[in-house]
Amino acid sequence: MNTAKFSLVALAVGAVVMTVAHWMHVDYLYFASYTILQFVVLATAWNILGGYCGYVNFGSAAFFAMGAYASVFMHKTYPLPVPILILIGGVVSGIVGFGMGYLTLRLRGSFFAIATLALSVVLQTLVVNWEYVGGSRGAYVIRPETIEFAGITINYIEYLFGLMLLLAVIALVTARTIERSQLGFGFASIRDDELAAEAAGVPTLRLKLIATTLSGAFMGMAGAPFPFYIGYLQPSSAFGLEYAVNSIAMPMIGGTTSWVGPLVGALLLGSAQQYAIVTISSAVNLLIVGLMLVAFVIIAPNGLVGLVQGWRRSWRKP
Amino acid sequence: MDISWDLLLNAIAAGLLLGGFYAAVTAGVSISFGMLDIVNIAHPAFIILGSYIAYYFNIKYGVDPIVVSIIALPFFYALGAGVYQVYYLSFEKRGQESLRGLAFFFGLLFVTEVSLILVFGVDYRYVEAAYIGPSIHIGIVDLPLRMLVPFVVSLVLFGAIQLFVTKTFIGRAIMAVSQDQTALQLMGVDPIKIKRIAFGISIATASVAGALLIIIQPVEPSVGREYIGRVFAICVFGGLGSMPGTLIAAMLLGVVESLTATFYGPSWAPAVAFGLLLLTLAFRPAGLLGR
Repeated sequence: MNTAKFSLVALAVGAVVMTVAHWMHVDYLYFASYTILQFVVLATAWNILGGYCGYVNFGSAAFFAMGAYASVFMHKTYPLPVPILILIGGVVSGIVGFGMGYLTLRLRGSFFAIATLALSVVLQTLVVNWEYVGGSRGAYVIRPETIEFAGITINYIEYLFGLMLLLAVIALVTARTIERSQLGFGFASIRDDELAAEAAGVPTLRLKLIATTLSGAFMGMAGAPFPFYIGYLQPSSAFGLEYAVNSIAMPMIGGTTSWVGPLVGALLLGSAQQYAIVTISSAVNLLIVGLMLVAFVIIAPNGLVGLVQGWRRSWRKP
Repeated sequence: MDISWDLLLNAIAAGLLLGGFYAAVTAGVSISFGMLDIVNIAHPAFIILGSYIAYYFNIKYGVDPIVVSIIALPFFYALGAGVYQVYYLSFEKRGQESLRGLAFFFGLLFVTEVSLILVFGVDYRYVEAAYIGPSIHIGIVDLPLRMLVPFVVSLVLFGAIQLFVTKTFIGRAIMAVSQDQTALQLMGVDPIKIKRIAFGISIATASVAGALLIIIQPVEPSVGREYIGRVFAICVFGGLGSMPGTLIAAMLLGVVESLTATFYGPSWAPAVAFGLLLLTLAFRPAGLLGR
């Protein structure tokens, strides 16, 4: 299937999901599935750098929060419609990703990972000390009840849900396109043997920077509508550990080598968590995610997608 | 400029004491990351585990936290050796340490933190000991015993490790494995066994560091995250695998953080380590005393 066809199919699936959701008309459904879609975007974004290039980013929460706080800043300075805020969030986080990458990606991979780990702590310090965006007290973003859209009035949460759905489709199409392009082969060569790739003439630093920027930008875009969704943004919720751990656990559990993995991982883990948050406590829920992450990296290194591929192969030759 | 000398001297003294404590916190990572090239980002979580063990026995039986941590050393050593065995079999042997190995340690960090939250809750916990409270005055400088005792213990710990790696056979083998694993194998030593011992020692230091941490400040499960940046900043700034470098870097970071906290406010202190880390990576990735 070529990219144009795949995009059409993905959009069609998105439209069906949107229609079904509209038809069911339950507000809670929007709230719950918004979070899951947000994780689809985060997991896919993480996988562009982590899965394709093999560079681990522990700072997903930081990039996510950058997008969210860019929205808060703009909302206070000069209110703009959410789609534009998503673009701004993407640009801000993309620039942070580029800067981080430029400073640390020329060294061994572990330095980048450590730097991203520290990035969350520092950005959180900055935000806590920055009174304009609410400081440690947090900031209110009043969400309108409804929005006029081409003459039709729709519920605001449905509008946010639709935007996140579209963003998820764009992220998935981007990931799949990268996978099949020259860029994707370049990424894979870095993941498999960076030294050999460099020797063969692959511009590794440039490719890594492209991956870091793209990945950061998508995380920022996922975060930009978050203040409108939650209504009250605190540093501790924007920099929440669940973003960092989920955006790693989801691709790892789903499978990191193709765009399907993060999608499967995010849908499964995301829905399970939505269910678990209601039925058990959120700490137990995070513990389960952590244990699953450890179990999967040890037992099933290629995730669920890898397991399914393995079974298929063993079916064919009994 | 009108700087009060009182304040400045006290800030520097406090910084040096803090730096000594940071050295104990970093010692383990200096072994695992610096010498064995194992990016154990879960190390701060083990330190917090050490804090909670010290807390539990201190509150329940009134044992001194440092004594508890020394009794707990063998258990932490065993834990470390066990973790290394899993890490080796699942990742190092298959050549997958860069991506999945990191994710494994991240998962460990996370599981430890959340388990501690589930058992002890998110309240700040602290220990009781005779030296928490009083302080020594030398001229205008105040030296609280709460900081001085950890400083001394951590220097002793650091000295012991330095002696161990330079003077004993196993210590030298650890240095050798960090330089050339194949050569060590040719000399008839099993590098995996040496690495297991070294990793066990690295986790064992977390027991002592944890007890020191809870003497210095009240602890809650997520405090460890603040130390990830610090620990790796010190380790990289000092030069990977160099114990003296680590000590100097820890002292420097302690002083700079203390000065920042005194003159700009304590909420800015966590940013110092990260700035230091980025500057080191950008300008001198080999660190102060790195090869």
